[in-house]
Amino acid sequence: MTEETQKPDLNEDEKIFEEYLREGINDLSEAGLQRRLFLKQMIAMGSGAVALQMLGGSQAFAHSLLENPAGTSPDILENGVKVAFKINGAQKSLTVDSRMTLLDTLREKLNLTGSKKGCDHGQCGACTVIVDGRRVLSCLTLAATCEGSAVTTIEGFAKGGQLHPMQAAFVKHDGFQCGYCTPGQICSAVALMTEAKNGEASYVTADLRSKAKPVQLSDEEIRERMSGNICRCGAYPNIVDAIREVHSGKDVAQHWQFADDNSQSV
Amino acid sequence: MRPFKYSRSGDINSATQMLVVNPKAKFLAGGTNILDLMKEDVERPDELVDISRLKLMQVGMITTGTNKGGVSIGALGKNTDAANHPFVKENFPLLSQAILAGASAQIRNMATNGGNLNQRTRCSYFFETSMPCNKREPGTGCGALEGNNRLHAILGWSEKCIAVHPSDMCVALAALDAVVKVKDAKGKERSIPFTEYHRLPGDTPDKDNNLNPGELITAIEIPKNNFAAKSHYLKIRDRSSYAFALISVAAALDMDGSQVKLARIAIGGVSHKPWRALEAERFLVGKNTSEENFLKAAEAEMKMAKPLEHNKYKVEMAKRAIVRALMELV
Repeated sequence: MTEETQKPDLNEDEKIFEEYLREGINDLSEAGLQRRLFLKQMIAMGSGAVALQMLGGSQAFAHSLLENPAGTSPDILENGVKVAFKINGAQKSLTVDSRMTLLDTLREKLNLTGSKKGCDHGQCGACTVIVDGRRVLSCLTLAATCEGSAVTTIEGFAKGGQLHPMQAAFVKHDGFQCGYCTPGQICSAVALMTEAKNGEASYVTADLRSKAKPVQLSDEEIRERMSGNICRCGAYPNIVDAIREVHSGKDVAQHWQFADDNSQSV
Repeated sequence: MRPFKYSRSGDINSATQMLVVNPKAKFLAGGTNILDLMKEDVERPDELVDISRLKLMQVGMITTGTNKGGVSIGALGKNTDAANHPFVKENFPLLSQAILAGASAQIRNMATNGGNLNQRTRCSYFFETSMPCNKREPGTGCGALEGNNRLHAILGWSEKCIAVHPSDMCVALAALDAVVKVKDAKGKERSIPFTEYHRLPGDTPDKDNNLNPGELITAIEIPKNNFAAKSHYLKIRDRSSYAFALISVAAALDMDGSQVKLARIAIGGVSHKPWRALEAERFLVGKNTSEENFLKAAEAEMKMAKPLEHNKYKVEMAKRAIVRALMELV
């Protein structure tokens, strides 16, 4: 498959972008084709000038187009590091700037924009992903350190169109409002299930010396163990409900329901 | 973030030598603190030497030497694994509790045991590069001294620096007489008693600890003790989880009948280093475990306190926290 055969046809306006981007557009990353579609849409919406300005002004955007994961050799980047890891089961090899965090790599190079950049300083948990079975903060993980690792993001949970039970529980219990922290919350909650199964303790675990496993999660335990994920909308009670349901395997009543025809007509 | 070279080291010797060859290089282990500081332009290494895969991760009982029966905790093991190790939970639950009081699950999964010791203060003047800070840039002054110092030190501070050490784990390690094992580029090893590892600020607040350039922490050892049945870590913070301590107390008692045989108390959030409350400990030896005695012990320690404009509350809070932590043991 060549890039040419996949390109949507470009009209005159769009060709200005192609001219503007020159070599960059020919080195399309996996994200590139979709960026092209995005450009087409921007122009269709009459936002061409704005889009052009964005491209001109945003060094990061231009950079990510030039830094094609498949094609760039390490010597083009100052301090380029070759790294290979598994992402949601698929093997990826790419060259990254040594400064690139796992979060930026996921979002800007691998087109996995589910993981969110909240604070970028390890204070909010929106970027939480699972690396080698452990929940970690991708904003404080350098991509270069992920050599040989297996990374799971929110995009890796649903199987064959079926939501992961934790995703389904978050939907059922309305465990979000704006949704920005949700991918991190769910990654964190999924990892928490494993930690509880393994008998890992928390600060509110009553007796650290007891060897009981797995840990039964009270609401207090769930709250303490999820404290690394901040939700500015304050969906905490619903998040706790969702996690309790998955952890206990028992239905937890939801606090809301879709309006039916009758209630709509009132 | 400024550009830097990323290097992986295969063994301890090459890692320590890389730091000798390039004095502007720094070790990278869990990365939770240094990457944050590099994003803020506070730390400016031109090379990061990734030591995270060195084989210094084991946790286990020490079988020979002076600390026989104690525990050795690999410097590059993760905080989570140290806190949840069955031997640690059973014999040093104070350490498990202190580790679990710190940060979040995600950060404890990343942060290493050695890195925990070397994390830097969260003083906001240290983080804000437009502010003076003797720790960040020696000679520029201390912005916090006359600034907002609600979160700052009440013990052992100097005019040069009033920052506090942020770790919870280190408060427990100070109480438990831990030893820091380090190795230099020539392969020479030495053991540093925990209470001598971190420094008071004095005139050189840029130096947090007594580690020499190129030295790497290999392990942390805790000698065997009889505190497991009576120990407690109490942490008081602005919110109930995922915040640094305003005041924290690691307390442990070894009893002889109804009398205290040995007491161990260390306080966090009060000083440039985890503060070992030796006055309070001395007072308690031979005493009964009454609330009255605990309060007298706390008052003996806090006589030395010199609060600043916005942190006078810490003196009373520290006293009450000491009493509360000790009452948990009765």
